[in-house]
Amino acid sequence: MRSIEREELLVAETSEGEQELQRRAKTAANELGREIGAVLRSNDLHIDPTSIDFDRQDDETMIINMGPSHPSTHGVLRLMLELDGEYVLRCKPVIGYLHTGMEKTAEELSYIQGAVNVTRMDYLSPVINELNYSMAVEKLLGIEIPDRAIWIRMMMSELNRISSHLVWMATNGMDLGSTSMMIYGLRERELILAFFEKTAGLRMNLNYVRPGGVAADLPDGWKDDVTVICDTIDERTYEYDQLLTGQPIFRERMVGVAPITAEEALSLSVTGPLLRSTGVAWDLRRTMPYLAYDQVEFDVIVGTYGDNFDRYAIRLNEIRESIRIVRQCVEMMPSGDYRSQDPKVTPPPRARIGESMEALIHHFKLFTEGFHVPVGEVYSAVESPRGEIGCYLVSDGGAKPYRLHVRGPSFVNLQAIPLLMRGGSVSDAITTVSTIDPVLGEVDR
Amino acid sequence: MAADLVCFPTRAQYFALVESFKADAFEMCVDVCGVDYLSHMDRPLPEGVEGTRFEVVTNLLSLSKRQRVRIRVQAGNDEPEVESLFALYSGVEAMEREAFDLFGIIFTNHPDLTRILMPEDWEGHPLRKDYGAGNVPVQFKEAPGPR
Repeated sequence: MRSIEREELLVAETSEGEQELQRRAKTAANELGREIGAVLRSNDLHIDPTSIDFDRQDDETMIINMGPSHPSTHGVLRLMLELDGEYVLRCKPVIGYLHTGMEKTAEELSYIQGAVNVTRMDYLSPVINELNYSMAVEKLLGIEIPDRAIWIRMMMSELNRISSHLVWMATNGMDLGSTSMMIYGLRERELILAFFEKTAGLRMNLNYVRPGGVAADLPDGWKDDVTVICDTIDERTYEYDQLLTGQPIFRERMVGVAPITAEEALSLSVTGPLLRSTGVAWDLRRTMPYLAYDQVEFDVIVGTYGDNFDRYAIRLNEIRESIRIVRQCVEMMPSGDYRSQDPKVTPPPRARIGESMEALIHHFKLFTEGFHVPVGEVYSAVESPRGEIGCYLVSDGGAKPYRLHVRGPSFVNLQAIPLLMRGGSVSDAITTVSTIDPVLGEVDR
Repeated sequence: MAADLVCFPTRAQYFALVESFKADAFEMCVDVCGVDYLSHMDRPLPEGVEGTRFEVVTNLLSLSKRQRVRIRVQAGNDEPEVESLFALYSGVEAMEREAFDLFGIIFTNHPDLTRILMPEDWEGHPLRKDYGAGNVPVQFKEAPGPR
């Protein structure tokens, strides 16, 4: 009697109630269907959720928690798994442990301050978050930014894509027991972070891309720095190849594990490497070009089988493609302004404030009140390392966004977990979470 | 790039409109989010559309046509409610739950309309404009009650 009370007390303290995975007897049929990964609901591809499962009773299976604090969940992702021995029957991700209300915070920040906020969402690709936000604001403002700013943005976001994929290579290696890969991935990423620090003053959460351009011009000697980064990482990707790609243990755990088809991926709205692994060549850089991606040469990497190995190969090769883009940026970088000279949006240079009354007024207005953005609403999207990151921005004409919604690719991609995990073993579950590559800062925002 | 197409269906037309877009090669529902226009009930809208407090904004994407379409449906004032798109696009499940969690918009026919980001026992819907940011003491199970 006493132990039951204790158990109930524990449940009451930690339960997330209806958000959790319930026992089968308590789960409605279509919810059960979702948890076992039945996704295609259009008429021709209909799956009856009740018929997909075996006649299994509650007492034959076990529901366990993986996470929220589990090293392989890459943050505070809590997965509830229904297990039959070693095999996963149902799965439900429970999220929200890192929710800090960033969309609400954004409504209290001016447009200049907004970039500081969004850069903390997907903390592995801050530049791309800022870019996404800035492009939405610029779309509403209707301003053009100078060529150099465009190319700087492009180069920085490609460097960021490399660093993000390197972290993925590192953590994925770690999940599969390859500790050396973790050290190598983080070692190479350090090169890029050092360059970010030199350029923007910070290693992560740069606040470098801002509405109207970028915060600072590239530092002296940047061409040499970037060339060294490209040469080093390009060479090392072939070392990763040797270390992982052909390695039997690695292949055993990746090839053919957790496959997804193109129809399922589209139905689940997943984007990024997860979608491209199914053979759909959808990369916003190519299909809906922004910045100057239509002026550089690169390949969109696609897979065939949609399994974990394809996702690994796509990310490894995307590092190489990004290096190609960065090299072209170095070559073709135009000269000129690195930010728009519109005084209503861009703060005046420090030197002008001392000598010009007008500059002083503009500076004061910008940093006390901020600039006003015309009434309207806009959706703009860019390709982040994890997929389509979108920004829905509503302005009421004031100096703060009326509503800022960020469509986080990790948040949406997580929905593929029940489908990918079904029927796999618990050790496959680890690699599957890893190849989806969720960043929990962006999932929970 | 051409500007996105924006549609303003009524609540009754919403599901059928999305269905017709889906038949018209809009393969993916990229995003669903809510907006609370509490202080902007008189915002500019096309003729014949009566603005309500809550709006649900759905973004569809056609990969084959490389086109986006945005659907803004007026969801109602006091008890906002629209039909769930789950039967058409499985991927809206989490996004609709998020809109429910943060705005209290009810999506009918959704399989599992529960909170997703906030704790289960949270009171109110934080992204509503009348939910005072900073004025409400943080509600956590472990936190001591009001002094």
